[in-house]
Amino acid sequence: MSYTLQFGQIWPFLPRLLEGALISLQIAILAFCGGMLIGTVCAGIKSFGPRWLARIVGAYVVFFTNTPQLVQIYFLYFALPDMGILLSSFAAVVIGMTLNAGAYLTEIQRAGFESRRVSEMEAAEVMGFSRLQQIRYVILPHVARVLFPPLSNQFIIVTLGTSMAAVFGVEELTGEAFTINSQTFRSIEVFLVVAGLYVVLTLAASVLLALLGRVLFRVRTELI
Amino acid sequence: MHHLDIAGLEARYGDHTVLSGIDMTVGRADVIGLIGPSGSGKSTILRVLTGLLPPVAGTVKLDGEPVNYADAAQVRRLRDRIAIVFQQYNLFQNMSVLENVCVAPVKIKKRPRKEVEEEARLLLEKVGLGDKLKRYPDELSGGQQQRVAIVRALALRPEILLLDEVTAALDPELVSEVLDTVRLLAQEGMTMLIVSHEMAFIREVASRVVFMAGGRVVEAGAPAQIFDAPAEARTRDFVSKILRH
Amino acid sequence: MLDQIIHEWPRFATWYNFIFIAKAAGMTLLLSALGCTLGTGIGLLLAVTRVTKARWLKPLRLLAFVFTEIFRRVPFLVTLMLCFFAFQATGYDVPLFVVAAVSVTVIAGAYLAEIIRGGFKSVHRNQWEAAATMNFSLIDTIRLVVLPQAWRIVLPPAFGYFVMFIKDTALASQIGVIELTYVGKVLNNKGFSAALSFGVILIVYFIISYPLSRLGAYLEARLASSRHRRA
Repeated sequence: MSYTLQFGQIWPFLPRLLEGALISLQIAILAFCGGMLIGTVCAGIKSFGPRWLARIVGAYVVFFTNTPQLVQIYFLYFALPDMGILLSSFAAVVIGMTLNAGAYLTEIQRAGFESRRVSEMEAAEVMGFSRLQQIRYVILPHVARVLFPPLSNQFIIVTLGTSMAAVFGVEELTGEAFTINSQTFRSIEVFLVVAGLYVVLTLAASVLLALLGRVLFRVRTELI
Repeated sequence: MHHLDIAGLEARYGDHTVLSGIDMTVGRADVIGLIGPSGSGKSTILRVLTGLLPPVAGTVKLDGEPVNYADAAQVRRLRDRIAIVFQQYNLFQNMSVLENVCVAPVKIKKRPRKEVEEEARLLLEKVGLGDKLKRYPDELSGGQQQRVAIVRALALRPEILLLDEVTAALDPELVSEVLDTVRLLAQEGMTMLIVSHEMAFIREVASRVVFMAGGRVVEAGAPAQIFDAPAEARTRDFVSKILRH
Repeated sequence: MLDQIIHEWPRFATWYNFIFIAKAAGMTLLLSALGCTLGTGIGLLLAVTRVTKARWLKPLRLLAFVFTEIFRRVPFLVTLMLCFFAFQATGYDVPLFVVAAVSVTVIAGAYLAEIIRGGFKSVHRNQWEAAATMNFSLIDTIRLVVLPQAWRIVLPPAFGYFVMFIKDTALASQIGVIELTYVGKVLNNKGFSAALSFGVILIVYFIISYPLSRLGAYLEARLASSRHRRA
């Protein structure tokens, strides 16, 4: 092995990589927030909704959690145009990731809803809390505490998943890596730097989320 | 020569000093009763002696040989000779009674399984558990588990047995069955250090009683002296409070 | 879309294509299985390394920690490309399958290490202490005491990860490993509509993944109901 690492050519591209990282973050936030919206509605339907609707939601969740996100996006990007729906690569990636995240977030939140503790609710009832007060003071804080760690975790998974966008030519962090690689041919160096940026990005996200959880819900997260 | 010679022993949990200069000698076949208020450090002595908590100062001599707790090989040799029984029994949850007793002699000391099992059966028989060999810890009462734990320690053929509040986690009606077992061992001449709140029992089996408070030995002597005529005010205070219960 | 698929179907549903897809599914399964088994081995090694105590092993502990943290924070695709280029730099002609298998193993190892470490932590400290005072070595403690108790805690998330992993191997298509996703692209390039090509591939993934995820849910429910029972 006589390969010597030369990072010199990479550093001028750092601003572009950082821009790419920003786009990665954008995609992650869009997909996660969209997924949360879908997930909350779907989890609500699965836990409290009419049976037939819960079935449909169930089918959605099962389908999206049992097939690869990459192929889902392939389908959106290449098959929808045949039906007259033309999506930009960015849109296809965001929609695909949102639908995917939505399915996982449905499952996570449903588990959270079902962790309501009966004894606490009974205690609240005995203390004369109204139904709405029970939800406000007992159920929500508890559910938030239970849900926060797995939701943060899912956000990290979504962030890592955004690198798939590169496959469709989106110029996010991994996409930039491919471009810079083709311009400099310092492949290992480029991808090492990009890997480092992903570590920094997700570590920052983890730390921020842990702090947020501590402040908002008194969730004690073991950071590492 | 003393069986166990402890001098100037100090130990800490983080910044918190739990033992500050313990001196104690234990003769062969001595039964030492360690008493004192909770947090006095009596259980910590046992943890230090078995190497679970390395001391920060002081010496421990076993048969006159100083033990270096920083040396893993020495700690291993020490543990071949000193066994401990824990308050919470600490039986292996994934093993039957017989396996709990046999696992260390067979798998660690490499003694023949047949011989070890024979011995284990006899010991378990002796403590009244001859019919529970195939049971698992979660199927036994606390008293039964604690007796298994004692047998497990004995199967290691230790010279010195440390008992850490072995009855503290038990319901009152189960205490006597464990104490009977310990009494048996005392009669057979096992060197023991017993941490306990069972004052009547300590008085009966112990050859010497050590009263501790705040990580120090306050007073040591024969049971009659400590319980009936303590020299120190703190001992008197503790004994009178405990005996009033 | 549907009439188009019906129109294409006779041309698509050939024995040749069937074998093509079946072989690709085999490759997907092989990659997943390799990642899971080798990854479990590496994960176990990393987890054990991290519970060692000896001072001279500290660098190794740190290494294990950094390894698990990093490979859980770098996207699969990036790790894959890194492996790809690293092998290329050696100058040897390493088969693409090996490149994919190595990346898959590395990543699975990092994730499984965390899952296994969680299992180790779930075993009460008093079990570790009892073993220590009875002169169990670390390996004996893990083998005889900890693993027999921790596997119930470890198995459900590990299995969940295995199932997830099958879908992650789709990215191996990007370096040219002929697995399911790659075959989807090939079929699409051969002129079959994207809906048909990728639709079929989605269905094949589903057929592989769904029964396994049901099995995982079943295992989890069974183990949860007997968590405090013996092995």
